[in-house]
Amino acid sequence: MGEAVIFYVLSALILGFAVLVISTRNTVHSVLFLVMNFLLVAMLYVLVGAEFLAVIQVLVYAGGIVVLYLFVVMLVNLKRPPEVHQDPRRQARLGLAVAGAVLAELVAIIVYSSASPAAPAVAAAGQTVEGGNVEQIGWLLYTDYLIPFEVASILLLVAMVGAIVLAKREL
Amino acid sequence: MVDTLVVPLLKIIILLNAVLVAVTYMVLLERKVIAWVQSRLGPMRVGPYGALQPIADAIKLMTKEDITPTRADRWVFTASPIIVMVPALIVFAVIPFGPEVELFGRSVPLYITDVNVGLLYIVSIASLGVYGIILAGWASNSKYPLLSSLRASAQLISYEVAVTMTLVSMVLMAGTLSMVGIVESQREAGLWFAFVQPVAFVIFFIGGLAETNRAPFDLPEAEQELTGGFHTEYSGMRFALFFLAEYANMIVISCVAVTLFMGGWLRPFPSVEALGFLDLVPSWIWFLFKTFVFLYVFLWIRATLPRYRYDQLMHIGWKVLIPIAIGNVVVTGIAKVLL
Amino acid sequence: MKIEAPRPMFDTSELVLNMGPQHPSTHGVLRIVLRLDGERVVDADIVVGYLHRGIEKLCENRDWSQIILLTDRMDYVAAASSNLGYCETVEKLMSVEVPRRAQYIRTILGELQRIASHCLWLGTHAMDIGAMTVFLYAFRERELILDLFEEYCGARLTYNATRIGGLPLDIPPGWDKKVREFCHIMDSKLGEYETLLTHNRIWLDRTKGIGVIDGPEAIAMGLCGPTLRGSGVPRDVRKDEPYAAYDEFDFEVPIGTEGDTYDRYLVRLEEFRQSLRIIRQAVDGLPEGPIVGKVPRLIKPPAGETYHAVESPKGEIGFFIASDGRSTNPYRFRVRPPSFCNLQGLRRLIRGHLVADVVALIGSIDIVLGEVDR
Repeated sequence: MGEAVIFYVLSALILGFAVLVISTRNTVHSVLFLVMNFLLVAMLYVLVGAEFLAVIQVLVYAGGIVVLYLFVVMLVNLKRPPEVHQDPRRQARLGLAVAGAVLAELVAIIVYSSASPAAPAVAAAGQTVEGGNVEQIGWLLYTDYLIPFEVASILLLVAMVGAIVLAKREL
Repeated sequence: MVDTLVVPLLKIIILLNAVLVAVTYMVLLERKVIAWVQSRLGPMRVGPYGALQPIADAIKLMTKEDITPTRADRWVFTASPIIVMVPALIVFAVIPFGPEVELFGRSVPLYITDVNVGLLYIVSIASLGVYGIILAGWASNSKYPLLSSLRASAQLISYEVAVTMTLVSMVLMAGTLSMVGIVESQREAGLWFAFVQPVAFVIFFIGGLAETNRAPFDLPEAEQELTGGFHTEYSGMRFALFFLAEYANMIVISCVAVTLFMGGWLRPFPSVEALGFLDLVPSWIWFLFKTFVFLYVFLWIRATLPRYRYDQLMHIGWKVLIPIAIGNVVVTGIAKVLL
Repeated sequence: MKIEAPRPMFDTSELVLNMGPQHPSTHGVLRIVLRLDGERVVDADIVVGYLHRGIEKLCENRDWSQIILLTDRMDYVAAASSNLGYCETVEKLMSVEVPRRAQYIRTILGELQRIASHCLWLGTHAMDIGAMTVFLYAFRERELILDLFEEYCGARLTYNATRIGGLPLDIPPGWDKKVREFCHIMDSKLGEYETLLTHNRIWLDRTKGIGVIDGPEAIAMGLCGPTLRGSGVPRDVRKDEPYAAYDEFDFEVPIGTEGDTYDRYLVRLEEFRQSLRIIRQAVDGLPEGPIVGKVPRLIKPPAGETYHAVESPKGEIGFFIASDGRSTNPYRFRVRPPSFCNLQGLRRLIRGHLVADVVALIGSIDIVLGEVDR
């Protein structure tokens, strides 16, 4: 009961902040709401017993990536008024169609997941077994999911090299 | 009920108060230590040998006018000192001041909680403090604070990488992320990790200086260049919060260093039987003593060294410390597998 | 359909940063308007005049001996050097012979003043770069010199220490012994400064290669004093055009090689030692005799004009004085202030460096705004 209340309060807050992120005119405020959003998501993780994920969420997203966002936002000239959405190439119908597709997908997920409750993998990760879920995640990453893990790391490396090449034309 | 609610609450209250008092007296200690280095006396007027100076300072700061610049972003300006202060305080939740001890016929651990991701928790919470500094600089709507907050964010992000890398090698040594577990593994190993991992220790210490914006890396608040940096526009208690957070962070870094590298609450040479009489001193006193030594070194360095320049700081962070730290992780890993 | 060219994503612009006139590191009321690209200085405007008191014009309305007081107020951390420069200029105008004892004491005062001024420079320069302890150490030793001056003339900052034709006072009994003791203390303290700075990695990183200027350019800029000698030009008024009793003493003029901030630091540090050497020689060989030459009661130099320079701690301080021979005040009074001339080089020195180097370079050229603005 208590957990459910917390869950719904957190979810409401997360959605509220998410709306604020895209509706605020001041870019810095918007980034701040994003941070709040990430922190609340981390709390959700704690609620389901995934402390490792929660801490990583705070460390990587709230503590690392958004600081860089803030950095960029602060350096860019913010005096310029926000652009008016009057692009002649605007494709309202296409946008509406995509939005509809996403909505349908979400509904499908909800219907499907309520039909077959509690996927076992999630439950296993949630259990605080001997040694904690840090070791479990470690085991999974380096055994079952080794290939995706390594591919992801190579992808990140490529992205990093690419960014450096773009930023520094003459090396 | 008593064990799950009353005892932890009591511990939290005691710890928070102790930290805040310690932080205010850190300010006095710094003034005294630096004064002695510089052949001065330091504060002498308030109380015997200036012992009541922090109280006088607190009264002064609280009664000062709280100014918000007209063109500042009011909400962010008000929030940033809080954002700086809160992470500095909540990190103390996982710092183990001692093992479980018998107190009033009840077994009480001398830490608030021991989570299995303790070390990561500290790193992640500590990384949030930078928001306060960046936002303070931005919200002041003033050029010196803005420059300073840019410096601060770049500096904190860079040195966090190096520090986290040293933590990885420490986790490899201890085999756990729990702070209590790390101390326990040092007891089992019979020696402090500082002797096994001197490179990590040095990098952690340098990174710690940089992350707390202390000399010689105190660029964000370099008074001589940026007139005080990100807190130029702040006054009164809000200014004091920045100050207190800096000192609280120093204490955090010292505590973490003691836990990771200097055996936490363990006495010196925990494996040598002949030194058993050292156990007569309570474990938490050992912890506080070691922390104090670290803090003293912080102050000593501030009194001695000139300040680095921004580009040199980045150079040291990215081109010296991070490669060494990564190399150290690799070497530790290989050694761990082979031995 | 007309498609507009895309706007650039970011507009970058230079940041104009107003450093001073109230800034902790501009050594007074200097104002520097920096144009920054990130933290790099693209260009800078140096604005002076916030401390202008019209001293030169005031001097034209005071009689000859009152002017000595005003010269105190120019370079207020090296008042004795300005006193000396002015008095020597008037003596040159009047062709007055100054007794040897007075010359010797003047030399001692001048060199003590140089050490005091360099102490202040060292302290503030190190403080600007972040080494706060050196500041207190240097001021501790400067205090000893101020005590010596106080014993000699009763003042600690604005000494009014020379008179046209000689000195107002002979040295108090035992003063020479105290000066010798001071030399002894200073010798050991110099080592203390050096352990903190000279071989310190951070200090080297912060000062080597910062604000490099070569000899010919330094001369073209009109730099003088240790700032010029740091660039390897062996120009020192004490050697080249000896005044007071400098021609009777043994000393060297230290010069730098690279012309960077570190060389200027080394040059000034060596000047401490050379000054101590001169003081020791002067105290040892202090002749007996009168301290004032033959000067008429009413000072009224003959019509004419003259320029005379002495080596102040900051550089060559010169006085151009014209007398009409009738009135009891100068017809025209003009100072060549070393701080002002050295400040001309600052813009050239800081261009291309970082904000943190700006404060290091202001410290490195050793200016006093009282003298710059007069």
